[in-house]
Amino acid sequence: MVFLKRQFPVILAFVFGMLLWLQYYVPSKASNSMLESFSSSWLITLAGCALILGVFSAVFHHVEKVKARRAGFGYSLITLVCFGITFTCGFILPLIGRIAPGSGIEPIPTQPDTPFDWIFNNVQVPLDSTVFSLLAFFVASAAFRAFRARSMEATVLLLAACIMMLGRVAFGEMIGTQTLNLSDAAEWILNNPSTGAQRGILFGIYLSQVALALRIIFGIEKTYLGGGS
Amino acid sequence: MSWEIIGIWVATLLTFGIASFLYKDNPVYKIAEHIYLGVALGYGLTIYFWDSIKPNAIDKVLPSDGSAPEYLVWIPIVLGLFILLRVIPSLAWLSRWSFAVYIGGNMGILVPSVIANLLMPQLASAMRPLYDTAQPLNAQWGPLIGQAVILIATFATMIYFFFSLEHRGFVGKLSRLGVLFIMISFGAGFGYTVMARMSLLIGRFQFLIIDFFGRALGLRIG
Repeated sequence: MVFLKRQFPVILAFVFGMLLWLQYYVPSKASNSMLESFSSSWLITLAGCALILGVFSAVFHHVEKVKARRAGFGYSLITLVCFGITFTCGFILPLIGRIAPGSGIEPIPTQPDTPFDWIFNNVQVPLDSTVFSLLAFFVASAAFRAFRARSMEATVLLLAACIMMLGRVAFGEMIGTQTLNLSDAAEWILNNPSTGAQRGILFGIYLSQVALALRIIFGIEKTYLGGGS
Repeated sequence: MSWEIIGIWVATLLTFGIASFLYKDNPVYKIAEHIYLGVALGYGLTIYFWDSIKPNAIDKVLPSDGSAPEYLVWIPIVLGLFILLRVIPSLAWLSRWSFAVYIGGNMGILVPSVIANLLMPQLASAMRPLYDTAQPLNAQWGPLIGQAVILIATFATMIYFFFSLEHRGFVGKLSRLGVLFIMISFGAGFGYTVMARMSLLIGRFQFLIIDFFGRALGLRIG
């Protein structure tokens, strides 16, 4: 039993890792079809089940909160009701044939005049963009406190951010000469020093990704399996 | 009142609900926040099912167009069910098999694809000549300076993250130059992010002015 719980998953990771790695060196039809099948059916199904588990966990958390009448349980009730309505409109109604589910390739929100489409356009989209637009205020206030030109590094950061912000609006084109304005300066910063620094960081990221992948394939890194027995 | 106008009212109330957080954390914001959570959970699950699970798993094992079923796809479906067994503590260990297949397989795909598609093209871009010998040098000063800056920035940034040498003397100076380039990059990234958020904010104001005041309330603006 210990073998099935501890060693077998490591062997599975090794076998699948090596199989899909070596597949790259054999570009035959069968090998490509294996990669295609794994990355479409296998990975998507497994990720989908992980998503279902995550949603179940979130729903269970809120159900428990409502059942125990803990502080703020009313908000949890709102979450559960909204989840139920969205899930019913997007999943259950198409499943029982009340609304055409589509071909399966076309996402549901692209089908107009369905309750799910209404929820998407009038609830999900406004909430999404308002939450992220709020960050503009918080980022600006955080910058006001953090961006003090106390050192050389902070001054450079402040200058680059200011040039980028001013250069991204029409006003930036008015600052400077006809041949060189803030908009051009922002573009130059983005395309040259920023690209160079990003490239230096990316080399490190890519090499670390490969190193981590090798550690996982060869069973050195096992934390993804979780703890316990 | 049409569903369209009701939709505009709902969207407006939710926009104000979320925006009320700028004043302070309050019950209206919390209601909007929990509506967002519930809808996002339902939306994410629904879209993933219709868009990914149905065509890539269910339609393959139970085809409705008369094609032959792909029996191999039962394996990820069973492994997926193992993931769901995490809710039963005595059987939770079975989910390790699923995670091992998912992570192991993904890592196998990742090794060659990161090297061939990400690392190598970046290396190739960094190893370009500073100027083109086929063209006169006078006409290439701009690209030449740009390419030289990229090269110096890349090298200096890498030196900053290279800890096998003590950052003293020339290496120390190069490392400090690397920090400055990183700061320029972070500043540019910060400015870019702020402007993206600003455009979202402008979008919300446009919605309020055009859709809410204009269409729902029938006011003439401008």
